[in-house]
Amino acid sequence: MYDDKELERIRAGKENWEKTTLGKALSKFPERKPIFTSISGMPVERLYTPLDTADLDYEKDLGYPGQYPFTRGVQPTMYRGRFWTMRQYAGFGNARESNARYRYLLEQGQTGLSVAFDLPTQAGYDSDHPLSMGEVGKVGVAIDSLDDMKILFDGIPLDQVTTSMTINAPATVLLAMYLAIAEEQGVPFDKVGGTVQNDILKEIICRGQYIFPPKPSMRLTVDLIDYCFKHVPRWNTISISGYHIREAGSTAAQEMAFTIADGIAYVQACVDRGLAVDSFAPRLSFFFNAFTNVLEEVAKFRAGRRVWARIMKERFGAKDPRSMMMRYHVQTGGVTLTAQQPLNNIVRVALQAYAAALGGCQSLHTNSYDEALCLPTQEAVTVALRTQQIVAEESGATDTIDPLAGSYFVEAMTDKIEAEIEEYIRKIDAMGGTLTAIEQGYIQKEIQDSAYRFQKEIESGERVYVGINKYTMEEPEPTNLLKVDMKVGEIEAEKLKKLRAERDQAQWKAALDRLREVSQSDENVMPAVIEAVKARATIGEICDVWRDVFGEYRPKEFV
Amino acid sequence: MTQDRKIKIIVAKPGLDGHDRGAKLLARIFAEAGMEVVYTGLRQTPEMIVETALQEDADVVGLSSLSGVHMYFFPRVVELLREKGLDDVLVVGGGIIPKDDIPELKKAGVAEIFGPGTPTAEIVEFIKKNVRTRD
Repeated sequence: MYDDKELERIRAGKENWEKTTLGKALSKFPERKPIFTSISGMPVERLYTPLDTADLDYEKDLGYPGQYPFTRGVQPTMYRGRFWTMRQYAGFGNARESNARYRYLLEQGQTGLSVAFDLPTQAGYDSDHPLSMGEVGKVGVAIDSLDDMKILFDGIPLDQVTTSMTINAPATVLLAMYLAIAEEQGVPFDKVGGTVQNDILKEIICRGQYIFPPKPSMRLTVDLIDYCFKHVPRWNTISISGYHIREAGSTAAQEMAFTIADGIAYVQACVDRGLAVDSFAPRLSFFFNAFTNVLEEVAKFRAGRRVWARIMKERFGAKDPRSMMMRYHVQTGGVTLTAQQPLNNIVRVALQAYAAALGGCQSLHTNSYDEALCLPTQEAVTVALRTQQIVAEESGATDTIDPLAGSYFVEAMTDKIEAEIEEYIRKIDAMGGTLTAIEQGYIQKEIQDSAYRFQKEIESGERVYVGINKYTMEEPEPTNLLKVDMKVGEIEAEKLKKLRAERDQAQWKAALDRLREVSQSDENVMPAVIEAVKARATIGEICDVWRDVFGEYRPKEFV
Repeated sequence: MTQDRKIKIIVAKPGLDGHDRGAKLLARIFAEAGMEVVYTGLRQTPEMIVETALQEDADVVGLSSLSGVHMYFFPRVVELLREKGLDDVLVVGGGIIPKDDIPELKKAGVAEIFGPGTPTAEIVEFIKKNVRTRD
């Protein structure tokens, strides 16, 4: 950005500063430590100057918001047009309780829903399955059949809200239920908007909610993408997630790198199915974490947008700019929250939300301060939502686009993270692609090594964590914790019994037979899944058909 | 405990919870501390965990749960261990566990609960101090 002569002048000036002013100061007051690093372990220099961004080509590397390579953001006006969607992930107990929480959040100014399902739902088991014992309604809402889903969205018009569903292995089933409800509400499919996570690769890497082996899982993923492109054009068909990779212990650069590697695998699978890249790629979306180191997070987001745009254009030959945009949801870092002095978490979440805003997210979930203790209480959820409202309305971060661009440090960091992402992509390609890298445990091991390194830094005191290894204090026992009624499981089991007795048996059997037939063929499963949920087949029954046809995934453990 | 036998610990994830960062990290820390570690992986029923403990002749069972199912799973594992005559196996737990659940878990036979932010050295020390002695 500077010519050679100017750079020479700056270099001389910097050397002079180092010898005189800095030298004198260092001799009297040595710095706090010999090496400074980000929370991801990335070295951070004392001072960044134009010398660190000398190779930056403004038009080529940064450009303009809404234009390739989207480093500065995916929309032309960003938050001057409208704020990000404020979307709090919520759901617990039965559908009725969750419905009440959603209505409360919408009344409080939340602009989109985000459904948390309990683990049996995510793993494709009915509430009365032996493996569901103790889990029903715990970390999310229990959904067994279309009847539960109808209660969940009771009084919520599906043409007016968008809904994000954290569902992966059985994503087709929950989307089918959602579409069946839209149909009942008289909302045409092309007016229905939302997201399913539908990202099975990261389940295998680190989140653990897999059901079927990778190959048939990828087939279901592509079936959903293909169906939505044709029938539900406003649906985000996948949310390629780095969030859990980061939670599992990765660095910021690894989070972005492995997520992009997963993204490449999905795009390739769709292309291999014969879909034109510009037909489905505009509906791909991403999901990332935000930790407390604001500047590193901002650099990560900017680098990710640039790398993804280049991959889509150069590797996959996308022509439509929307195919090249990395649009993403952010959730603040669950793993950064401490059980010790939990109110401190409000400050962490505020910084993380600020990072997400400065980094240009499209939607945001802010965590509740009590999440290291229990599922969030209503009070904590409200503070979390207010936190992002304060960032949006009061901080000023939303008044201009990509405000940290041009910071010598942030640009240098963006370049560095970009280089690290590209290096990982090269390595993974050389191994034979993402699926192979996962099968060999490479990605899992890289993440675990980072988690281990971080833990060692905390325990040696090399890295300070407030309330954990410094500024600790005796605290009273926390009170006012949310507990889910253990009875939810029994109530759900009763409901299932009734459902199985009362549904039209012939219609139910025909629908499941049809599903089996389609699953054994190359046909898209989505229409058969929609018919099955309407015939009141349960999520467990549908997944059992697939367990039978596809088999079950049993991972190798890499410790 | 004799000098030549290492402490053998089963690190297990009961239920459907997929949060295994802590479990895997501790598996590594225990191995470094000289223990012999068996990590079960995810989706373990209490029966599977106890079967592993029996097969492996384990001294310790470490349970990790972050999905709120500890009140069901932890006591159930202790109960099954006792049924199999493995009453001297030390059972410890960790994860997202509200403090007011701890007395009940201890009453059920869980020796100790380690919450988020516990220094790993503290866990290792507890195990070494409380593990059964063998002749």
